[in-house]
Amino acid sequence: MYKQPSFWLTLIALVVFFAFISYAQNNFDAYVIRIMNVAAIYVILGVSLNLINGFTGQFSLGHAGFMAIGAYASALLYMSPELKAMNFFIKPLIWPLNRIQIPFFPALLIGGLLAAGAGFLVGAPCMRVKGDYLAIVTYGFSEIIRVLFNNLQSVTNGPLGLKGLPTYTNLWWSWGWAVFTVFFIKRLIDSSYGRALKAIRDNEEAAEAMGVNLFYHKTLAFVVGAFFAGIAGGLLGSLVMTIDPNAFNIMLTFQIVLIVLLGGLGSITGTVISGVLIAVLMEWLRIVETPMKIFGITIPGISGMRMLIFSIILMISVLFFRHGILGDREFSWQGVISFFKRRQSNRGG
Amino acid sequence: MAILKLDKVTKKFGGLVAVNNVSLELEQGQLAGLIGPNGAGKTTIFNVITGVYRPDSGKVYFMGIDITKKKPHEIAALGIARTFQNIKLFHRMSVLDNVRVACHFRLKASVFSAVLDLPKYAREEREMTKESLDLLEAVGLKQLANESAGSLPYGYQRKLEIARALATRPKILLLDEPAAGMNPEETAELMRFIKRIRDEFGLTILLIEHDMKVVMGICEKITVLDHGCVIAEGSPKEIQNNPEVIKAYLGSGVYARS
Repeated sequence: MYKQPSFWLTLIALVVFFAFISYAQNNFDAYVIRIMNVAAIYVILGVSLNLINGFTGQFSLGHAGFMAIGAYASALLYMSPELKAMNFFIKPLIWPLNRIQIPFFPALLIGGLLAAGAGFLVGAPCMRVKGDYLAIVTYGFSEIIRVLFNNLQSVTNGPLGLKGLPTYTNLWWSWGWAVFTVFFIKRLIDSSYGRALKAIRDNEEAAEAMGVNLFYHKTLAFVVGAFFAGIAGGLLGSLVMTIDPNAFNIMLTFQIVLIVLLGGLGSITGTVISGVLIAVLMEWLRIVETPMKIFGITIPGISGMRMLIFSIILMISVLFFRHGILGDREFSWQGVISFFKRRQSNRGG
Repeated sequence: MAILKLDKVTKKFGGLVAVNNVSLELEQGQLAGLIGPNGAGKTTIFNVITGVYRPDSGKVYFMGIDITKKKPHEIAALGIARTFQNIKLFHRMSVLDNVRVACHFRLKASVFSAVLDLPKYAREEREMTKESLDLLEAVGLKQLANESAGSLPYGYQRKLEIARALATRPKILLLDEPAAGMNPEETAELMRFIKRIRDEFGLTILLIEHDMKVVMGICEKITVLDHGCVIAEGSPKEIQNNPEVIKAYLGSGVYARS
């Protein structure tokens, strides 16, 4: 591994990338930095959902639920006791949550681990259901989380949500986690475990007959996917500074599914590209929601127009570009090297 | 002692008795055949042996162990591998990866050591790859190792399925219609191939087949099923001359005339 040129190329690329990140953090304006943060969070969400939907073939719509768990768990841990007291004015926060405050990183990790636990709870019964039914069960789970968080006044502050969260999320945190997510999931799917996951996707019955433990591997995909969704939820909470249960509704899951479908089910590279693309588009398409004057006709700004456009993009991609941007192809240094070699030999001959 | 023993196995689907009180024994190293008209319950028996279905009554013993209630992946790990009537490869994966999947259950390294590519995992991965390539060489597919499994021609897909089954290091190999869709030349080659892997890997083989040339040509013992019941059992010669068998395949004289 350490002797291959691709390892060093990856290392160099990472150093250059993080040099860029640290430059951006100090020099770009807050608006651009925010979009970049959102892009990183979308990358984490897309890649982790792709592990479940694309590589393991278990169509899950539960990502918003996992995110909610991660966002709330981490926020309740890193908020200061005074801030919590200010937020929970209807019903006080239960002990010991009202006393403790821990740093951002361990809070994020605990949020991720709790989401992973939820991933286990969802993944385990999913042995019994497949396809559309699984989608409904996982969607049901994320709705249950939402309703639960709306009503657990003394833990989540109910529909009031948590406000004024400290902003810890910066480009280092978000892109650091994004890079780690890509690394972890890429290594996982290229390993023997990943082959077992892909085998389950391609033919469950044959996979089982070849000794693949369906329960273990499906649950593994859910647990790993949910962990990173929880982390992304924690990062998002600290970025937007306010969370409420209804922010984690089906529309959020829909956006993540859109990222995965656009990027290509089973392509991490595609998901990274489409994650960034959607984050940028989300901002850029705000212009369709502002009042416009086209050829003398005034069109009033309609909020929600962006989602309409995304729906159209989704429909077009499902109808005409089934495999998304990259299908299941991946970026590789070998591919880049051979591409340049081919160009060189073409020029020579 | 029989390596595989079915003891009065019955499997019903609603009102249909797919397998009715079937007892069957396989001796170590035997190459046995399971034949019968369509819908006789042959594939159901395979599914009962491999744990896909749980029988309504009766027991399945493998090397003296009761495997009736075990899950398919546990049975595969114990040493019973199978192929499928309608080929079930992992189509989007490479030929090599198809075989390596079947080595996966023996992997001892944890998920984390796999992700971090720790030495323990790296060694096991190398071993798996080597074993898989050796198997592909044995079935003559080594040069296609990096092709996508779905793009292989039909005959190669059959062979890949067998190579994949062999990668689980089975003691018993169950082949479900291995010669289906093959021309006579391919079939003849397949027969030689099945005999060869039986000797090379020390296997016990049970195969379902409609091609009588294959069954009569290579099987040492044949069991005939009809409507879920065993109607005859014996050497190819005995089976060919058994009136019950002829009746099951061609219908009785009365019906045949009318």
